[in-house]
Order: sequence, then C-alpha cells, then structure tokens
Amino acid sequence: MRRVGIFASEIFNDVLNPVTMKRILILGAGTAGTMMANKLRKVLDRDEWEITIVDKHRTHYYQPGFLFIPFGIYNKQDVVKPKADFIPPGVKMVFSEVDKVEAEESKVRLADGSVLLYDYLIIATGTETRPDQTPGLVDKLWRKEIFDFYTVDGAVELQKFFKQWEGGKLVLAITELPYKCPVAPIEFVCLADAYFTEKGIRDKVDITFVTPLAGAFTKPIATKMLSELLAEKNIKVVPDFYLEKVDNEKKAIVSYDEQEIPFDVLTIVPMNMGNSVIERSGLGDDMNYVPTDKHTLRSEKYENIFVLGDAANLPTSKAGSVAHFAAEILFENLMSAIEGRPLMAKFDGHANCYIETGFGKGALIDFNYDTEPLPGTFPLPGIGPFGLLKNTKINHYGKVMFRWMYWHILLRGKELPIDPLMTMAGKKMIK
Amino acid sequence: MAEKNYAGKTVEVSDEGYFVNPADWNEEIAKEMAAEVGIELTDKHLEVLKYLREQFETGEALTIRKVGKSGIVDIKGLYQLFPGGPLKISSKLAGIPKPTSCV
Repeated sequence: MRRVGIFASEIFNDVLNPVTMKRILILGAGTAGTMMANKLRKVLDRDEWEITIVDKHRTHYYQPGFLFIPFGIYNKQDVVKPKADFIPPGVKMVFSEVDKVEAEESKVRLADGSVLLYDYLIIATGTETRPDQTPGLVDKLWRKEIFDFYTVDGAVELQKFFKQWEGGKLVLAITELPYKCPVAPIEFVCLADAYFTEKGIRDKVDITFVTPLAGAFTKPIATKMLSELLAEKNIKVVPDFYLEKVDNEKKAIVSYDEQEIPFDVLTIVPMNMGNSVIERSGLGDDMNYVPTDKHTLRSEKYENIFVLGDAANLPTSKAGSVAHFAAEILFENLMSAIEGRPLMAKFDGHANCYIETGFGKGALIDFNYDTEPLPGTFPLPGIGPFGLLKNTKINHYGKVMFRWMYWHILLRGKELPIDPLMTMAGKKMIK
Repeated sequence: MAEKNYAGKTVEVSDEGYFVNPADWNEEIAKEMAAEVGIELTDKHLEVLKYLREQFETGEALTIRKVGKSGIVDIKGLYQLFPGGPLKISSKLAGIPKPTSCV
C-alpha cells in the first residue's frame, strides 16, 4: 500500500531499494544488549536506522546484587527493575523467545514463527547456569540443602535457609570454568564468614571453598593475596577438585577421581553455558559460546555479526565490567563496518572487579588478556581512591556505589571516567 | 628456565617443567618423562598426548571437558590415565605449555 500524494522520486527510490531503512538487531536485553541499544540510538540517524532488541524476559536483574541476598544485605526488590525502563525511545523492544538465527540469510526467527531481518546483528544472549548438567545436583536436596546464588530464586531460598541454620559444614563448590563473575564465590565465602561471625555462631560453621583451579583464583599474584585472605578468615580451600556428581544419600560432592567432600549445606556454582539459541542456530562452540575475534569482537564466521558480553568465547572473565569495556570497542568497530572502513579498535580483555571481603571491606582487581591482576591504585595512578589487591573500606564503598552507577550510568550507555583499555599506570610490577 | 635431559636430548623447560619449545618433543621423551612421575605410557596415553598437541597447534584453549569430549577418553578415564591433575600432567608429558585459565 502506498500513501497518496508522495513524490515520484520516492516511489522510484523504493522500487530500486525496497528496504530503505537499515536494521540493527540486538539479541538479549541484559547488561550488554541494553548498553549497546542506548549507545547506538544516540548516534545513528532515526530516519536511516531501525534498532530492535529482543529478549524473552521482562525483568532486568542487577546480578552483582544476588551475592548479597543470602546474607540479608539486599532483598529481591533491591535487584529488579523492568527491562523496558532502560530501553531508549526509538528502539523497538520485542519480548519473545528466539527460535534461531539464520545467519546465512541475515534473519532471526522468533518462537511464534515471525521473522526479523537485519543488516547487523549483535548477539548479547549471555551465559546461564545449567545445574541440570551435573548428576545429582537437581535432586531431592536441591533448594533444601543445596543452593545456587546465581539466580534470584536460589539466593532468596538460601537467605531463608541461613536465617534458621544453626551451623555445620558449609561447602561452596565451583563446578566448572568458565563461570560468570569469577570473584563471586570468593566474595560469598568471605561474606558467609562475616555473617556467621555477626550471628555469633562462626565457631559452629566450618567453611570450605572447593575449586577445579589449582588455587583460590586463576592468576598467581591475585591467588596469593586471596589465599592469604581466606586463610586469615579460617576458610579452607580445596583446589584441583573436578566435580563429577552430588551424592544425595551421603550428602557429599564427588570428584572424577573419587574424592568426596561431605556437606550440611552446599552452595554450588553450577556449570555455565551460553544460551540454547546459539546451539539451535549452529553458532556456538561446545559450551554454546560464539567464536568471536577477541580484538574486534566480530563473529569469526559472519562479517555482519558482532558479539558482546558473556555470549562470546573471549578468553577473559564473564563479567559486566568486561561487557561494559567491550561495548565501547564494539561500538567503534560497528561504526567502521557500517561506513565500510577496516575495524581498527582492538579490545584487550579488560576486566575490573570489586571483591567484597566482609566486615565493610573490599578488594579490587584490574586486568586484561595479557596482564594479570597487580597491586597498585585505581583509577588515578598513585592516588586511587581505590587500592588494587588491597583490602580496604573505600573499595567496599566502591562496590556499594556501583549499584547506583549501574542503573543510572552504565546501562544507559553513558560514559564512565574509566578508559575501556587497561592501563599499567598505577600498577606495580612484581616478580 | 632450566634444561633437562630426556632420551639423549637436551630440552629447555620452564621452572615448573613444561616444555619451552613444543617442537623438542617426541614419544621417547614422553616415555621417560612419564616414568619420572610413575606412569607407564600406553597407546591410550599417547593418543591423548597427540590430541593435546594437535589442539595446542590450533591455538584452542584446552580444558578437561574438551578432552572428555574428544572421543579418545572420557573425563573419568582421563583421571585414571593421569591421576592427580590430569590436564596439567598430560600437558607436561605432551610437551606443551602449562594449561592456563583465562579468567
């Protein structure tokens, strides 16, 4: 159907090029997708570019806040807001499950069979916990004496459990790498130490941290600092434990080489995998993460697909800070691609993580693909105010303030006074 | 860095004993290294070591899970072949660098 009274030139143009609007489609309205929608809408001409974002869920979770729920520091209402509140005017929000991406034809099929076409696709479908992948995990003890804190429901159930618990053996176990927010399990055991101390029953609670890694963390200098911290807090670390299954009868976790660790309450970091739509679309690796150029953030296979946040197979942390830094690089490269220029911006894997250590203190790490977390000051060299790999009160305030920054600055695609690429300024080299 | 002698050949290894130059590796060397840690190398062991070397060549990050899905051996079997720290021990015996975690 044509409108009446249009110019002949417009009809002519339409015949030659039936699609006058170009389309950017974003899959996933989590931290990464929402930031991208905001950044792009500010810059791209509305008469030229249509931006659509698709997500099946209507609620946006402040995921860093889940950690605080089991200890009653936050409640559910502190970590939820409607997703639609963060999508800017001029971006079309579609609430639907995605059936699959048909990348060869540059289209996305939704669950109801409708089709969305795109010129550029940004995959920001994240990573999700898959407790179903570990035998015995989702069984009779699930959410009774076995809890996860990576979902709001798991965190809320654990809060109820801890309120009435009188002590025993608390085991935190990491199933497999990679998992979202690599420091969260360390924060969890530190906060548990503080929580039970304040409750006056710390002497009745035995805390064990179980990991498939060779130590408390991945890289040597941070591992040393964090191991000392855990030892100070009388938290046991069991390294090199590769979890095979949970024995519900014995109430124990069992490793592939048949070590057993008994528990009274188990907090599990379940296996993480990318969204199943990636698998259905044939776009993922064996963990459903999308093979992505680690510097340009473009799909290794398709020139008009970019990948942001946890959905990518980048060799860095799966964390909001990474998505935030990567968003600036992806934005530059997408602009280059649109304008037919080579992709010049190079992501360095920059991650920046606050580590809550309990009793009103926190530590901070800042690192990238090539540089492990080092001690120093951040973001201003020599000044701070934050101390890298130091346990201080000001770092804790950084984390507390971050929730406000997340909702008001970060998600809305506004600038933070932190460079997306990591800097060595303010870091101390140690051998 | 250090130097070690295996099967009549001098190889450069890291402080933790991992090969600096994966090209220095051969099966004889692997057998001697395995004997040092009390493992008698079978064909199955060698199959795993060769798989690891191939994966390393392609630049893929190695995980226990990936080896478990290789079709050569499952995770439990991998633990039986290389008790203790299967990926670390097998990487050392395969003459490739220490597997690193990227987070």
